[in-house]
Amino acid sequence: MMSFMGHQPQSQAVGYTFSQPTNAPNKEHSFYPYTDNGGSTLGITGADFAILAGDTRSVAGYNINSRYAPKVFKIGGDDDTGEGAHIILSVVGFAADGQALKERLDAVVKMYKYQHGKPMSVRACAQRLSTILYQKRFFPYYVHAILAGLDEEGKGALYSYDPVGSYEREQCRAAGSAASLIMPFLDNQVNFKNQYIPSSGDGHALEPKKPEPLPRETVEQLVRDAFTSAVERHIEVGDGLQMMVITQNGIEEIYTPLKKD
Amino acid sequence: MNHYPEVWGRPRDDIYGPYNSSYLQTTGPKTHTQSPAVTGTSVIAVKFNGGVAIAADNLASYGSLARFTDVKRLRVFGDSAVVGFSGDVSDMQYIDRLLESLDIRENYSTHGNMMNAKNLHTYLSKVLYKRRSEFNPLWNHILVAGFDEDKKPFLSSADLLGTTYSAPHLATGFGAHLAIPILRRLFPEEKPLEEISKGEAEAALRECLKVLWYRDARSLDKYSIAVITAEGVEIKEDQVIEAQSWAFAESIRGYGAQVN
Amino acid sequence: MARVPMQSLSSPQGRIFQVEYAQEAVKQGSVVVGLVNKTHAVLVGLKRNAEELSSYQKKIIEIDSHMGIAIAGLASDARVLSNYMKQQSLGSRMTYGRPIPVDRIVTQIADRAQTNTQHYGKRPYGVGLLVAGVDEAGPHLFEFQPSGMIHEMLACAIGARSQMARTYLERNLDKITNSTRDELITHGLRALKETLSQDKELTVDNTSVGVVGLAGEEGKGKIESFKLYEGQQLVPLLEAVESGETKEEETMEVDS
Repeated sequence: MMSFMGHQPQSQAVGYTFSQPTNAPNKEHSFYPYTDNGGSTLGITGADFAILAGDTRSVAGYNINSRYAPKVFKIGGDDDTGEGAHIILSVVGFAADGQALKERLDAVVKMYKYQHGKPMSVRACAQRLSTILYQKRFFPYYVHAILAGLDEEGKGALYSYDPVGSYEREQCRAAGSAASLIMPFLDNQVNFKNQYIPSSGDGHALEPKKPEPLPRETVEQLVRDAFTSAVERHIEVGDGLQMMVITQNGIEEIYTPLKKD
Repeated sequence: MNHYPEVWGRPRDDIYGPYNSSYLQTTGPKTHTQSPAVTGTSVIAVKFNGGVAIAADNLASYGSLARFTDVKRLRVFGDSAVVGFSGDVSDMQYIDRLLESLDIRENYSTHGNMMNAKNLHTYLSKVLYKRRSEFNPLWNHILVAGFDEDKKPFLSSADLLGTTYSAPHLATGFGAHLAIPILRRLFPEEKPLEEISKGEAEAALRECLKVLWYRDARSLDKYSIAVITAEGVEIKEDQVIEAQSWAFAESIRGYGAQVN
Repeated sequence: MARVPMQSLSSPQGRIFQVEYAQEAVKQGSVVVGLVNKTHAVLVGLKRNAEELSSYQKKIIEIDSHMGIAIAGLASDARVLSNYMKQQSLGSRMTYGRPIPVDRIVTQIADRAQTNTQHYGKRPYGVGLLVAGVDEAGPHLFEFQPSGMIHEMLACAIGARSQMARTYLERNLDKITNSTRDELITHGLRALKETLSQDKELTVDNTSVGVVGLAGEEGKGKIESFKLYEGQQLVPLLEAVESGETKEEETMEVDS
């Protein structure tokens, strides 16, 4: 008989049981509808821009499917040229879900423009993306999404999501297989965590360095450094780095090679 | 509150009694989820200057039984696209019927606007993704070869989960392990497509099929190969792996009883 | 108002009155003109405001980047059709990754409209459409009528006093077919101008222009996406009509 998580004694110890008294043998449920296509994404905002980046490797287990499979997409623009888009989205995790999610959001933004005659704000789009994810709460899109654009004041805006739609506006966020490698680096370099102003006090009185929006060149270099480091330590990250920079003048796409090993 | 997160928010036995999960069990897990029965093995394909070449053997296996030895797993669509199927053969035949009706629908148009390989791949990946989302997958991994809207060579893959990706050379199943390294060695990704000739591409595929025939137990030495160029699709369905050499087997050392 | 019973054929002459009434609604709508040359399709429309204080109605609607429609008749019925077309074109992009071919979407709305003429409890759409778009075969213009009738046209006008515009288009068909993009717009505006009563003229407030076509050398994609000109954007287009006219008159004098 199957016991819940194989921890029967422990479960009893904590006062609940999920034991399933049953005569029917468990049939094998052989189809698992998800896979992990690996890779990592990263987003950072500045005073008047936002950057979303992702590596371009797609994996299946230890196999490399493709060395160029983009994870960052323009939302709401022309299908062929991407012209007219003012929002970008990155998705990492299960690529098929990511693709489906991107296409749904793209259709939503286009319908918004058609119905209201004006582009959807990043705030509204962010909220809508959360709803789309939550609607599939019990069969989730298995992706970590990051949405970026410029807010109503022209400042860089970045929203990060969990697979079921919890979201938050942030200064920076790393997602995907190397998120745990990149995020602490970002905490330190973008939000200046664990950085103190020298000789500003003793012990706990030491004054923390205040985070402030970084210039674009600095941020671009941080992104490059984050990925070149992640490539060294994570087998699922590599091949190429796709960066999208969104400013008042539109969206600029930059591709730089990464190590292919 | 205790420090077992999985317990938080659950009804406590001492208050509510043990959880009655019998209703969960009366039906059991859904049983309509199939697993593949009669299957085809690898499909391999490579882009070259002005087109794409794609190949697959003619075997349909039933487990380890070589069940049908004359099954064509390459399907021509329109006049410039080929779909290669690996995985379940009955699902392949179902998709084949879908493509048949799609082709008929397409041909009603008076203005041209025919679907290209890229459109076809998008459509097939949506079919596969929809079926996986219904927990009733079409158990196939397919490659679509042809041209995109700019008349550039197009090669892309879609699997039973709806995952899609494209690369200059692709292979499904065993081919992903055995053929891809050969193709990557012959045609490095930095090498421009213009430097790969039709003949080289075709020869490379034949060579890969030979390796697969040597090392994939569910493969056959009879195969189909299709070459798609601007002129159209040239498909040969009764090819035989030639110049087989089993002499190498004599010199294999280090396996089985014979160690030195 | 007497209730009109819906029968498959309501007259011994084989006419379906309901459909004819719907076509009457098209004739009462303000005029729209559509025309194509070898590279572009243009829609122009005359916008009416219901009263002095109200805003002007919408005459031209973008459906997708490769296609737009101009409407004459009941605007609310047009919205239903337009929404349907938008859904279909998004659907085509989603499932096949391609813009929906123009003839196909026009056939689809025609089939819907025809169904409405045949079933009890339904009524025909009280709107006529001009559909302009580009696909692999180049630019296209289609006329759609409430009966479900569709025609591919080189140039067309529907709505109130549209006969005047059609006369202009017929007389200038050769010039239109061989025109440049900008000339095509000017021809459209001139045809529209023909329909105006004495005291009216084309202004930035009452005119609407939609252009879609194949991209030139400098274009980014393969097509020049559907562009709607309204308000101040119309100034140069309307000026081109004015300046062209003075020139035309001069040449005509020379000719005679």
